[in-house]
Amino acid sequence: MASPKRGFKERAVEGVVFSGGMASIVLVVLIFLFVLKEAMPLLREYPLIRFLTDRGWQPTLAAPEGPWFGLMPNLWGSFLVTAGAVALSVPLALSTAIFTSEVAPGWLRDMLKPLVELLASVPSVAIGFVGAVAINPLVKDLFGLDTGKSAMAGSIMLAFMAAPTIATIAEDAINAVPRSFRDGSLALGATRWQGIASIVLPAAKPGILAAVMLGVGRAVGETMVVIMVTGNAGVLPDKGLWYAFTHSVRTITGTIGAEALEVANGEPHYRALFMLGVVLFTITFILNAIAHYSLGKGDRRAQA
Amino acid sequence: MTPAVDPGVAPGPSLGVGSRSRAHRGQTFAFGALGFGTMLIVAPVLWFFGYVVYHGASQISWTFLTQPPNAIDASGGIFPAIVGTLYLMVGTVLIAMPLGIAGAIYLTEYAGHSPIVRLIRLAIVNLAGVPSIVHGLFGLGFFVLFVGGSIDAFVLHASRPVWGQPCILWGCCTLAVVILPIIITSTEEALLAVPSSFREASLGLGATKWHTIRRVVLPAALPGVLTGAILGVGRAAGETAPVMITCAASFMPTLPRGLNDQAMLLPYHLYFVVTQVPNPSLGLQSGIALVLIALVISINASGIFLRMRARRARKW
Repeated sequence: MASPKRGFKERAVEGVVFSGGMASIVLVVLIFLFVLKEAMPLLREYPLIRFLTDRGWQPTLAAPEGPWFGLMPNLWGSFLVTAGAVALSVPLALSTAIFTSEVAPGWLRDMLKPLVELLASVPSVAIGFVGAVAINPLVKDLFGLDTGKSAMAGSIMLAFMAAPTIATIAEDAINAVPRSFRDGSLALGATRWQGIASIVLPAAKPGILAAVMLGVGRAVGETMVVIMVTGNAGVLPDKGLWYAFTHSVRTITGTIGAEALEVANGEPHYRALFMLGVVLFTITFILNAIAHYSLGKGDRRAQA
Repeated sequence: MTPAVDPGVAPGPSLGVGSRSRAHRGQTFAFGALGFGTMLIVAPVLWFFGYVVYHGASQISWTFLTQPPNAIDASGGIFPAIVGTLYLMVGTVLIAMPLGIAGAIYLTEYAGHSPIVRLIRLAIVNLAGVPSIVHGLFGLGFFVLFVGGSIDAFVLHASRPVWGQPCILWGCCTLAVVILPIIITSTEEALLAVPSSFREASLGLGATKWHTIRRVVLPAALPGVLTGAILGVGRAAGETAPVMITCAASFMPTLPRGLNDQAMLLPYHLYFVVTQVPNPSLGLQSGIALVLIALVISINASGIFLRMRARRARKW
């Protein structure tokens, strides 16, 4: 700091750089506040308790029968599609992660890793397109349905959105387990698989949990795929789980995406879509926070 | 109980555990199951790319890439959508890069280990995890209605919306928020890879901190910083949900004339043709998907290639 002028410049830069650092915090807070700000006026016309408990979503039904802005059918649809996607993608993606990092020979690993990265970079709208033109008709024919637009088709396509996320992060976690853990287990006479199952995977558990959480977050928050393949209409499961799974569902993201273009600014329907956005933000925020702390715990353990 | 040699046996002495023991059969079974699970991911991925290429390749022609679409059935070309996507990519990265690089410099060079850093990291993780449709709602509520609406009301006193409507500028701003975590994370990684001896040497010669960062650290980290920008652009090119309510036009044969114009975009055009156009041909849909996928993957591949080359060419 030779001259006062130089000192001023240094402080100015520090200020600029500091605001760049704070931008992430400011943006996360702004996102929540502005979505909430657009949503809150809904509660003047539609009480919170009705939003949380009403069993219907019929935003264009005229008074006195409607309109209905119930969270439940949306939440149920998101839950059903996500649960199906997780059930499908978690075993497959974890298999891929373990196989790639522990079992596959070098040349195969060099082919598998780029393939997973390739899948991760495909735009979701393209996956939704293939779901709409290829998987929907397949589901329709396989189960003799009127239309293939179903929770099941949504789960299948979402599994492919979540799989690269889960596989990549889980693989990082498995690779971070020190080699000495594997060597020690082999030296004690265990097979490689016994070492993986009883030493490596438990050591990588926090990272694997984070991978699954981020995968779930990806599936819950995915919009284009569910809009294009699930039909965006649905009610609560009064006819059983299988019926619900093979018929159209309404998800939180699908409802927002499909209806946001049709609503006029400021009307209750518009407010209700933002209210769904608040719910969605809250769900993914919790999932991300769990993943973040779980990864942090894994790091600390690896250092210990 | 086959006497064949188990291929999964660990190399080295097996300390009396025979190759046909239960443990080894368990291993063979487990590795087989893992391989099968991997196949169930790999095969559909290959099928997916094959499907799009098989149905879309014949659609790709000079006309398809350089002509506007037909208003009735969207046949013809996708030129305005390609141009709109390019505009959006450039605008997004111009907004996100300064912000992201400043943020990364703060985290690596200035912040140290203060508690605020932990908060910033949590914020970055959560920003990266915000669902894209929520980014869209935010873009509509904040950029279009609040910022744009305020400009119209208090600066221009406009009677009709000028900036308070979906347009290219607000689409770029919304996508900049989407890609900010990507840029911060990869810039940070690039800055951390610069050895601290570089900084110490520069500071030891009497340079100030900012001088050191600008002349020594940033040039050394440049390839990594560019990689982050390229990966961010790749993400921006393929996103649909954030821009469909803040920017995208479903049909607009002329090119946008200004930042407050709407624009056709490749991802939204694909969505529009698949869901809104009656009986679109499979070739048309696949053709749009193929162009979109090829664009995004070639951007990402060039980013990854640049990163690999930079790592290999590193002189320290």
